[in-house]
Amino acid sequence: MAMISEEHSKEKLGFEETELRLGLPGGGGIVNGDFGKNTNANGKRGYPETVNLKLNLSLKETEKGENLQKEKNLISCSNNAVKPPTKAQVVGWPPVRSFRKNVMAVQKSNSEEGVGGTATFVKVSMDGAPYLRKVDLNMYKSYQDLYGALGKMFNSFTMGKCDSQGMMDFMNESKLKDLLNGSDFVPTYEDKDGDWMLVGDVPWEMFVGSCKRLRIMKGTEAIGLAPRAMEKCKNRS
Amino acid sequence: MAYSFPEEVLEYVFAFLSSDKDRNAVSLVCKSWYEIERWCRRRIFIGNCYAVSPQIVIRRFPEVSAVKIKGKPHFADFNLVPEGWGAYLYPWISAMARSYPWLEEIKLKRMVVTDESLELISKSFKNFKVLVLSSCEGFTTDGLASIAANCRNLRELDLKESEVEDLSGHWLSHFPDNFTSLVSLNMSCLGSEVSFSALERLVSRCPNLKTLRLNRAVPIEKLPSLLRRAPQLVEFGTGAYSAEIRTDIFSNLVEAFSGCKHLKSLSGFWDVVPAYLPAMYNVCSRITSLNLSYATVQSPDLVELISQCPNLKCLWVLDYIEDAGLKALSSYCKDLQELRVFPSDPYGAEPNVSLTEQGLVTVSAGCPKLQSVLYFCRQMSNAALIAIARNRPNLIRFRLCIIEPQAPDYLTLEPLDTGFGAIVEHCKQLRRLSLSGLLTDRVFEYIGTHAKKLEMLSIAFAGDSDLGLHYVLSGCESLRKLEIRDCPFGDKALLANAAKLETMRSLWMSSCSVSYGACKLLGQKMPRLNVEVIDERGPPDSRPETCPVEKLYVYRTVAGPRVDKPDFVWTMDEDAALRLS
Repeated sequence: MAMISEEHSKEKLGFEETELRLGLPGGGGIVNGDFGKNTNANGKRGYPETVNLKLNLSLKETEKGENLQKEKNLISCSNNAVKPPTKAQVVGWPPVRSFRKNVMAVQKSNSEEGVGGTATFVKVSMDGAPYLRKVDLNMYKSYQDLYGALGKMFNSFTMGKCDSQGMMDFMNESKLKDLLNGSDFVPTYEDKDGDWMLVGDVPWEMFVGSCKRLRIMKGTEAIGLAPRAMEKCKNRS
Repeated sequence: MAYSFPEEVLEYVFAFLSSDKDRNAVSLVCKSWYEIERWCRRRIFIGNCYAVSPQIVIRRFPEVSAVKIKGKPHFADFNLVPEGWGAYLYPWISAMARSYPWLEEIKLKRMVVTDESLELISKSFKNFKVLVLSSCEGFTTDGLASIAANCRNLRELDLKESEVEDLSGHWLSHFPDNFTSLVSLNMSCLGSEVSFSALERLVSRCPNLKTLRLNRAVPIEKLPSLLRRAPQLVEFGTGAYSAEIRTDIFSNLVEAFSGCKHLKSLSGFWDVVPAYLPAMYNVCSRITSLNLSYATVQSPDLVELISQCPNLKCLWVLDYIEDAGLKALSSYCKDLQELRVFPSDPYGAEPNVSLTEQGLVTVSAGCPKLQSVLYFCRQMSNAALIAIARNRPNLIRFRLCIIEPQAPDYLTLEPLDTGFGAIVEHCKQLRRLSLSGLLTDRVFEYIGTHAKKLEMLSIAFAGDSDLGLHYVLSGCESLRKLEIRDCPFGDKALLANAAKLETMRSLWMSSCSVSYGACKLLGQKMPRLNVEVIDERGPPDSRPETCPVEKLYVYRTVAGPRVDKPDFVWTMDEDAALRLS
């Protein structure tokens, strides 16, 4: 890293020049001028020059109320011996109004509630329904939530059990066979590998992460899925 | 006088003078002109509530119908002014209630407003029409209820970005059933849900409603109902702009927006679901002002929206727009005058978006009418600033915030002196400038030499010595407001330029090197200035005279020292100097 050339000396306009000096971090103010004294009782003030020993840089001193984090910044602007606190601790910097800060904080936490932090919209089709729908999987916290929403969405098209309880029955393996043989509806999904799976096998978060689209199938058509789904689960665990 | 010119004629002529500058000039011609003018001045602007007292204002101007008052220093927006500092509205209202019974308009910025004040306003001024509270605090929704209930002729209620203690949404229901005069309502800063049916009825019965800015709690599905009742709207702010994707919601929204043939300004857009943005496309060709600064939407969606708005004059947006989006802006929106780009993640250590100095350079090149810029970014170069200056010599406001304090030119690692120097040299009409990045005294030399029209300057973490401050105070002829934080400016420049401070509205210096002794001296030498030391460590005389003060606020005043100071503010005046030394 090249050495930074020294600052040009200041014109004399009745003010004393400040000069660059090398000194160890934490050393007393070496700078000429009125403000060279370290007079603050609580140690906040003072102008020690800092030398970044690794990079052989010497920097102009500037007054700071608080210290700043400079880890990634090769040109270390930190001028105090004390380890600088993180950026966020500098009061009022960057200059963003409290109102805006609060709004952004709320929006950030809202978006982080869901898995992945962003909306996860997937298409939902139902056998026999004239058009598809879309749901944001991040809006739901569990399979039960999702079934409730799907049930409401496709209420008008179903004659069989397409409600929350009906779909929950698929979680119960013993009921699975009976239901698959009937004309009831079965929620399935296409996962990242392109395979069609039975909804409900994997933990909710994993499902949200891997689901690409949903299809609410007629029970009879879903028969073939169940063994494949179970096999896949075994391979995974 | 050889003849007498009837007063009524002069008064009639003076009525055409709207600018305060003109009226002030007229007042200085002779005593009789002063007298005539003061009786017919109806609008008063008080830039600093402590520069003058209510009594003095009322004594000089007995028949006022509109008042605009500003309180706390600008840096209060960034929590640099401690809680309880001042700027109380109540004494003003209390005095005006007695003397201005026909007051119609009160506009405030950064003042502390209580429910008591709001109630007094609502009961004292029978023809009250306009209340604008910009970045104010201290009141609750109960105060708003008083205004709603009692101000029969209210036209405008604008809460801008005030901090309101939101007890409930019930205040809106206090507008009486026969209240029909509303022209403008901005409740966007409130959290609670108002009664939607009350809102619907209010909108329905106010045929002159031109501005409606809703709060976040109003869901997107309910927007069509409001828009259909107010097709004459010119300015509209949505609530949360999200819902699961439903074609019926979408088509209702499209239809409702299409019915608003006069919409020019859109805002709101909290929690945006991008799929709903196209619902507005039908109105976009007329849109001149777009505030997307709360919309967490990615660049491609922003570009799609902006590309529909060829008449855009003012855009506020988050840095999600990225350089690519700004490039699109510069090609679609040739009428752009104002651009503000806010940071989506100001405290993150790493950049989260691809927004650099290039975006601003591109806009400066492509938008010939660009005059006002506020830009947060993480890297800047002298070359970019020079390009911007050369492209846009018509800039009036240039506020640049490079997020990392003292960040140098990222290409050359030099200070950004020459870059900002180019800005002030080329942009001869520049009125407002905010600096950031690594800066030496040299930039202040440039500013003092060239920035002759500069009225407001904001400085942070910059400069090397008193020379910097001296350049600014001695060179900037039009300077009115100077705010400085964390700079090595001390006593010499301040004392050498004391007289300059009487030509300015105010000077703020925090975390600088101004000693207590110098403050006392300044207060002593300049009786027409209030030199106020703000120090939360206790009385300044408990420390050595050479000890720098935490914060200093100096302003010209005809009202003498403040009488409502909190215990962490000390006025340096003659008496104080004698008392404390």
